[in-house]
Amino acid sequence: MTALVEVKGLDKAFGGVHAVEGVSFSVEAGQVYSVIGPNGAGKTTLFNLITGLYTPSKGQILLNGESTTRLEPNQLAERGMCRTFQQMQICMNMTAIENVMLGRHLQLKSSLFTTLFRLPSLRRNEAAAHKRAADLMEYVGCGDYLEAEATAMSYGALKRLEIARALAAEPKVILLDEPAAGLNATETAALEELIGKIAEQGITVMLVEHDMKLVMGISDRLLVLNYGRVLAEGTPEEIRENPDVIAAYLGG
Amino acid sequence: MLNGFMQSRLRGLIVLALILIILPAFLGNPFHYELATQIAIIAATVVGLNLLVGFAGQISLGHAGFFGLGAYFTGIATGTYGWSSLPALVVGAIAVGFIAWIVGRPILRLKGHYLSMATLAVGFIIAIILNNERAITGGPDGMPVPAFEVFGWELSTFGQYSLFGLEISGVQAWYILASVVLLMAVWFALNLIESPIGRALRSVKGSEVAASVVGVDTAKYKSLVFVISAIYASVMGSLYAHFQGFITPAAASFEFSILFITMVVLGGMGSTFGVILGAVVLKLLPQVLADFQELETVMFGLILMLTMIFMPTGLLPTLTAVVAKRMRKKSGGEA
Repeated sequence: MTALVEVKGLDKAFGGVHAVEGVSFSVEAGQVYSVIGPNGAGKTTLFNLITGLYTPSKGQILLNGESTTRLEPNQLAERGMCRTFQQMQICMNMTAIENVMLGRHLQLKSSLFTTLFRLPSLRRNEAAAHKRAADLMEYVGCGDYLEAEATAMSYGALKRLEIARALAAEPKVILLDEPAAGLNATETAALEELIGKIAEQGITVMLVEHDMKLVMGISDRLLVLNYGRVLAEGTPEEIRENPDVIAAYLGG
Repeated sequence: MLNGFMQSRLRGLIVLALILIILPAFLGNPFHYELATQIAIIAATVVGLNLLVGFAGQISLGHAGFFGLGAYFTGIATGTYGWSSLPALVVGAIAVGFIAWIVGRPILRLKGHYLSMATLAVGFIIAIILNNERAITGGPDGMPVPAFEVFGWELSTFGQYSLFGLEISGVQAWYILASVVLLMAVWFALNLIESPIGRALRSVKGSEVAASVVGVDTAKYKSLVFVISAIYASVMGSLYAHFQGFITPAAASFEFSILFITMVVLGGMGSTFGVILGAVVLKLLPQVLADFQELETVMFGLILMLTMIFMPTGLLPTLTAVVAKRMRKKSGGEA
């Protein structure tokens, strides 16, 4: 198997603080790959670097063998990378389903002329995109909100809506930043099932998460960060028995 | 069938068309027609500005600059160089669109107050150029503009025309033209908003980060909507120049830019029909307040302040919400 996402010697400094320092790892296609670590370990910074929101101070990121280190988030989306956010990013000025349809942006190219005159081709594509978005909302479990404004949705539903939007873009790899944060036990169980379904489709999943039960149950491999550095990397079993990890988490 | 019609996405447009058709019954004299025509032209400009401000969440405090450029391009091309009106309007719109693209690229990287300042400066620069290039623009005294003319057919406010055997005056003919143009402006705006491009524009306002991670090139779309709104302003400026028959740099002034923005905010940002209402109210207000004379500006400010405090979403969205609430209560009571 070849690496879908490869990170080599990644470094990000904010002033004098190294949020991420000398991080290297690779994610194979089809894996569920989780990044864990104490608060402030640099997990979200790492995701922001990979998805192009931050530019690395040093190091390289490869997507499918191509260097993406200097690309903008929208260029990464074109190459099959999509993500969700710890601080949810939902367009509250749109309806729920429009947020998901926004995910179809790259598949829905129409000229300004076609748009201004609302030609039949545009109407057909829009109807298809609407159908696909509705299916995705059912798939992630917010089918009750097909007619709703985004502002009318609950916190848990918005988290799932964000996943639906990312899936609408038909990504090769999807990065979920703390999808279980703020969810209750039932919702977390539903989320675990959803991530499993996404992985079954062959979409590579990268996960930042605090819920250890969720992470250990679902991940193929884990990366443990502490103070911006890699503390350990391996399968859930290896990580569970790693003395450094136990020390970092339990303060031993 | 009537129900299906009311559900249609174009019902607002149809209602607007009906209002424009019925309105002449209430227009008693040429001055009324002149006012209605001016309002229609300004309203169409504001519909374009609303795409930028209300839907894409950017701001332009210099939009009268593009309106003025369109007006002067038409004035100079038709007056000084004897062009026909339509080519002048189209070439002017393309030129203004290009200028907007050039200035938009760098300044649309700015956000909030910085973008306000930059667009304000663009408007000021245009007004200064129009004031100072006396040889071409006539300077602060302005310049006359010939009547609107297509293929040798002339539309003058002083003319007499017949429409399907009906005798109509020049201002009435202008009212019809401006109404048709307003309806087209609204139709294009509605089509644009409810499309993949429109969603991308709205997502720039909703969450720029979310937009970018699903592949929206936010810089490109900001630029696009800035150009489109500038073209709206340019085209309406061209028509305004023909209709007025005389233009001064006031068409590109700061006060005019602020008036446009105020219409958007008062009527309801992100509501195409709301901003038309905003244009109507703010153009009619000075007429109504004429009795107050020196207090006019104070009244104007007071009304604006009260609107901002009690109807922050704007006139039309607030009214719609109130009506919807009443309807719900009523149906709830019956059930």
